Amino acid sequence: MQRLLAFGALIILFVGFSIASPYFLTFDNVIGILLATAVNGILALGVTFVIISGGIDLSVGTVLTVSAVMTGVFITNNHWPIWLGMLGGILTGGLAGFVNGVVIAKMKIPPFIATLGMLNVTKGLALVISGLKPIYFNDTPIFRSLAMDSIIGQVIPKLDIPNAVLVLFMAAIIANLILSKTVFGRYNFAIGSNEEATRLSGVNVDAWKIGVYTLCGLFAGLAGVVIAARLNSAQPALGAGYELDAIAATVIGGTSLSGGEGSIVGTVIGAFIISTLTNGLRILSVPQELQLVVTGCIVVLAVYADILRRRRK
Amino acid sequence: MSEPLVLMEGIVKSFSGVHALNQCRFELQPGEIHALVGENGAGKSTMMKILSGVYSKDAGKIYFKGKEVEIPNPRAAQHLGISIIHQELNLMNHLTIAQNIFIGREPRTAKIILNDDEINRKTAELFKSMHLALDPRTKVADLTVAKQQMVEIAKSLSFNSEVLIMDEPTAALTESEIDELFNIIRQLRAKGVGIVHISHRLEELKQISDRVTVMRDGQYIDTVKTSETSIDKIISMMVGRTIYETSPELPENPSQEVVLEVKNLQQGSLLKDISFSLKKGEILGFAGLMGAGRTEVARAIFGADPYDAGEFYVKGKRVQIHSPQQAVQHGIGYLSEDRKRCGLTVGMDVKDNIVLASLKKFLNAIGWVNMAQTTLTAQKYAQSLNIKTPSLDQKVKFLSGGNQQKVVIGKWLVADTEILIFDEPTRGIDVGAKSEIYKLLNDLTRQGKSIIMISSELPEVLRMSHRVVVMCEGRITGILNAGDATQESIMKLATQRGGIISTNLIPEAGRA
Ligand SMILES: Nc1ncnc2c1ncn2[C@@H]1O[C@H](COP(=O)(O)OP(=O)(O)OP(=O)(O)O)[C@@H](O)[C@H]1O
Ligand SMILES: [Mg+2]
Repeated sequence: MQRLLAFGALIILFVGFSIASPYFLTFDNVIGILLATAVNGILALGVTFVIISGGIDLSVGTVLTVSAVMTGVFITNNHWPIWLGMLGGILTGGLAGFVNGVVIAKMKIPPFIATLGMLNVTKGLALVISGLKPIYFNDTPIFRSLAMDSIIGQVIPKLDIPNAVLVLFMAAIIANLILSKTVFGRYNFAIGSNEEATRLSGVNVDAWKIGVYTLCGLFAGLAGVVIAARLNSAQPALGAGYELDAIAATVIGGTSLSGGEGSIVGTVIGAFIISTLTNGLRILSVPQELQLVVTGCIVVLAVYADILRRRRK
Repeated sequence: MSEPLVLMEGIVKSFSGVHALNQCRFELQPGEIHALVGENGAGKSTMMKILSGVYSKDAGKIYFKGKEVEIPNPRAAQHLGISIIHQELNLMNHLTIAQNIFIGREPRTAKIILNDDEINRKTAELFKSMHLALDPRTKVADLTVAKQQMVEIAKSLSFNSEVLIMDEPTAALTESEIDELFNIIRQLRAKGVGIVHISHRLEELKQISDRVTVMRDGQYIDTVKTSETSIDKIISMMVGRTIYETSPELPENPSQEVVLEVKNLQQGSLLKDISFSLKKGEILGFAGLMGAGRTEVARAIFGADPYDAGEFYVKGKRVQIHSPQQAVQHGIGYLSEDRKRCGLTVGMDVKDNIVLASLKKFLNAIGWVNMAQTTLTAQKYAQSLNIKTPSLDQKVKFLSGGNQQKVVIGKWLVADTEILIFDEPTRGIDVGAKSEIYKLLNDLTRQGKSIIMISSELPEVLRMSHRVVVMCEGRITGILNAGDATQESIMKLATQRGGIISTNLIPEAGRA
């Protein structure tokens, strides 16, 4: 239901912006929206898992940064093979997520505090490791083309959708399968719905929680690799604040902040709404400051719509 | 006697220094139904939580089929074949019935892929054997408390365990559901399962149990054969003295002044054309089977649920009630049947919960809460309701189930509203405290308060009410005067399906 609502909102945004500006519905611009969605969307996938379990992860933005930086270290500084460097970047994110999970599940630190700590730790680490300078991938041009070339374009000429977008959709499909078809997904919902009852049912809640935060970290790592490839560089100061967009996308997509409810499809739509909005407002040359105001209001309204829907039931 | 299935000996457990169990003993034979009784806070739930791996014991030994075992977590208990229905509902509201029943042991392909068709099928089979008409794919949040309780029971049965512990399974159920449950557990007994049955409905003991173990204040008192012991004897063991059940004092006649009138209340398919009136100083009982719509009526009057049509009159004046806040302003209080979800703030302490609904009374001139006065008031009610707690600063979630219920009652007593709706007020409350609560209700009516009392225990309805409203499938099928109401006449009306409205059949008392 919320998903339909969100999807409707997305269509309206598209139609509205197309009428308002002739530039909006050009191929290049739509590709731009897709690209912008890729990174935020991948981040939001992981955040969706965490929020469904009744938790929160504020560290995904800076975990993305540190993962991107580590990818740079592995590939450019250490000359690892590209695939290994990318894997290393993703696993860096996983490690950060794992630490989050342990701190939350075993040390019983509230997720808000634990991940706020991780936000600062990873922010600092990214700066220290990179020596405050971007790491470029100029020796390995293939890295960038992995994200920016288009496999689809080779099969269907003219439809040059960059691979980064493909990565988002594949990640979303995998996330959706995990969430709806596996034990992991089921326990994720169960924990978010009633943690104590889940524990009393003999489920090892702590272990699954660590798993959830690790998975979220892995997605953040993947997003870090994608953004590094897209920009052909690892920027040590980029990424802070991304977590809020990811949380917003998740919530707009109908995932309940109190846990137990949510969907991947909703989150992907939510991510598209945010990037469409940002893009459209920019095309209409709304000043950046006002763009922030508008997106902020939209997030709150989306959640309000969800609450109204629930109350009616 | 054969070797016991379970033997617990010398069990000690204390919570932050307070002894909950001291040298407790419990023995369960295969193929027996063993009742565990005691006052609220006696330690029954704690004892069974130790057996099912929820709490760890401080000292003592547990033997399972003669072998000493450690049960460090719920999973270990499941592996031994011990399953438990907890006193508080433990369900995942966002999941479906089938998903709840198979949580933690869902059939899987390649270790991780779920198979929901299979659990739906298995659940449907299980329900069929229990004569339950529920769709396994329904979300638990959409069920009533009674149905949720049946889901918990189904879940524990699905384990095919050798030991089945039921902590007050019947508290939320009506007679016919209880009969069905008892049939099921008798069948299990025949198969050699050992069953522990905790209940405050002492009349059930004779009906179902083979032996009874009595606990008092965290101590083991005795284990006796049910057939050789009278209920009075059991009660005196529970409370440590002999108490004589006073013959029910006939409720005094209420005045004829109508304080609340409900006209043509309508709510989707749940409530149809509900009309009745409540008089000053009256206890109006609401009887009916599970799903009859009694709780829905109460929630609509209290403004907790939206309704399609209907008029409310308080003291003859038409009022609008669309939120609990408005209801409270018009002097209506509601004690919910589901204390955990709607009645308590379990993370707060006893004192704060008691004064929560009436905090305004305790504010001084500049808006500070007058702590001394709140403590005093809380103390008064904790004492008169006999709430067993180490202190008023104890968090409510650490109280025993029955004592939590008393806190909710205390809360609405302090609120001092003119019209009180009690939904299953004595659920899970021990015999002694029950008669305390009855006394309190009578006192309230004497002070001119009016009470709507929803109860599934017919003896209670009969004992307390001036008039009894009987509901069936969302309709009022009859309103009986105390004199005319008997178990039989109520049951007849409660099962009068098919929508024959018979309010005209039995003249409503006091109506011109
Ligand atoms: N987790 C806990 N923390 C602190 N005290 C507790 C905890 N659990 C139980 N208690 C205390 O232990 C005592 C025994 O509680 P228990 O729940 O076993 O009683 P009970 O016999 O089941 O009563 P009821 O009939 O009301 O359910 C009570 O005084 C209660 O306050
Ligand atoms: Mg108990």
